Amino acid sequence: MTVDLSLLPDGGVGWLDASGQHSDIVLSTRIRLARNVEGYAFTGRARDGERLRVLSQVREAVATVPSLHQAVMYRLDELPPTSRALLHERHLVSKELAGLDAQHPLRSGAAVFLADGLGLMVNEEDHIRLQALRSGFALQEAFAAIDKLDRDLGTRVPYSYHNEFGFLTACPTNVGTGMRGSVLIHLPGLVLTKEIGKVLASLQQMGLTYRGLYGEGSEVVGNFFQISNQTTLGRSEEELLDQLLRVVGHVVEREAEARRVLLRDAGYIIEDKLWRAYGTLRYARSLTFDEAMNYLSGVRLAVGLKLITSLSVYTLNKLLIFSQAAHLAFAEGRALTESETNLARARYVRKALEEEAGSVG
Amino acid sequence: MLCDSCGERDAVVNLTTIENNAVHQLHLCERCASERGVETTVATPKHPLAEFLHQQVPVPISGEGVRCSFCNTTMADFKATGRWGCARCYTNFEAGIRELLRRVHGNHRHVGRTYRAPMSETLERSAVLGELKDRLRRAIESEQFEVAADLRDRIRVME
Repeated sequence: MTVDLSLLPDGGVGWLDASGQHSDIVLSTRIRLARNVEGYAFTGRARDGERLRVLSQVREAVATVPSLHQAVMYRLDELPPTSRALLHERHLVSKELAGLDAQHPLRSGAAVFLADGLGLMVNEEDHIRLQALRSGFALQEAFAAIDKLDRDLGTRVPYSYHNEFGFLTACPTNVGTGMRGSVLIHLPGLVLTKEIGKVLASLQQMGLTYRGLYGEGSEVVGNFFQISNQTTLGRSEEELLDQLLRVVGHVVEREAEARRVLLRDAGYIIEDKLWRAYGTLRYARSLTFDEAMNYLSGVRLAVGLKLITSLSVYTLNKLLIFSQAAHLAFAEGRALTESETNLARARYVRKALEEEAGSVG
Repeated sequence: MLCDSCGERDAVVNLTTIENNAVHQLHLCERCASERGVETTVATPKHPLAEFLHQQVPVPISGEGVRCSFCNTTMADFKATGRWGCARCYTNFEAGIRELLRRVHGNHRHVGRTYRAPMSETLERSAVLGELKDRLRRAIESEQFEVAADLRDRIRVME
């Protein structure tokens, strides 16, 4: 069985459509809630049978939850590694749930329900991980959607809850609200002006943290950062999101300011650098993932600065996803070696840019 | 190569600055670079909990020797994995967990959304129903028929 992503209402990438506020700087907003089902050991400690019972209990409940009525379900434990990697590359399941993390082999009962902008992972580190994804900077909309889903599901499935500690989770860093709000943001201006160190240090003082493109444990590549709340206990969901909203809003302003400074003080150097990035992507015959990310970062900045006007942010967002290894193998219809992947990546990027090239320059 | 600024230590940072459209290259040692406000590393943080636990190793969290009555998790298991085994662990290791949460989150009291599981509502309802049925039985035995009729109506509504 392979995965058929065309079943998803938006191919699972509606969150990359570049709509929403500040979409040239903020790619997407994600909020997740961690919940556990009362009466079972947490996933890591549960036996196979328990995890399967959790899945069937959640599945039964989901059938009557309005916002998941049209959801498509994938049993990760029944999919081949290539399909699981595909779902992970689209940010629809975590590395752990996809069984791609060396420390966490694929678990029985691992599944995901996907609907328009909403997801529900079953048997991740916690029994239930709900997530809402939106394009651009849209914390309030994402929270409204996930809160409704959580309330609907919580009346059908009994969650583990403690009067003093709140929602109980396997990892104590998630306990309380179980909520992690995160904003995927592109900060090349702050990196080029070397302001980034100060900005990242100040995040920590504000109770926030940052990670790479793929969340926890992932490297920062292409100047993409995920900014999220560090703590989940002792403050309400609204307070946590409000803090994130204010701080990220401030980071967006500083990034915009850094971009203005770059253009003003180093216009031609920046322009040359960004066009070189575009030229490499347009004509290179082999690209590693990191190279592609870094050049895409440059081109994205050029589009944001209006140096390149005929390329859409949506195309660039799609390139981030579709130029990854599992997507390239899927498009080629076969497994690829590393060097074949690099060749396929360059070919894919070249073709995408050619199609939009028309009046570039 | 020696540092362009102090001329004493080895240069480890190449700093490129742009002023008035002119590029300046400076080779600096770590100390001079940091004096100029240049961050020499931008790395993803390690797992915050792993870091936290590492720092806390010499300080024992109370609950050593206790085993969770539901999932058999011990404090040693938690220290090895950083994960609790089940919801009951939070009760079995309550004192230790309170202290841990205070250190991780700066707080141990949840102030967000409150929740009541549907199961407990069902349980509560059946407890109330049981009590009403008891009272109904007693009312009939003591021939208090008006009270009994009232109780019967309330039971009907609930059922």
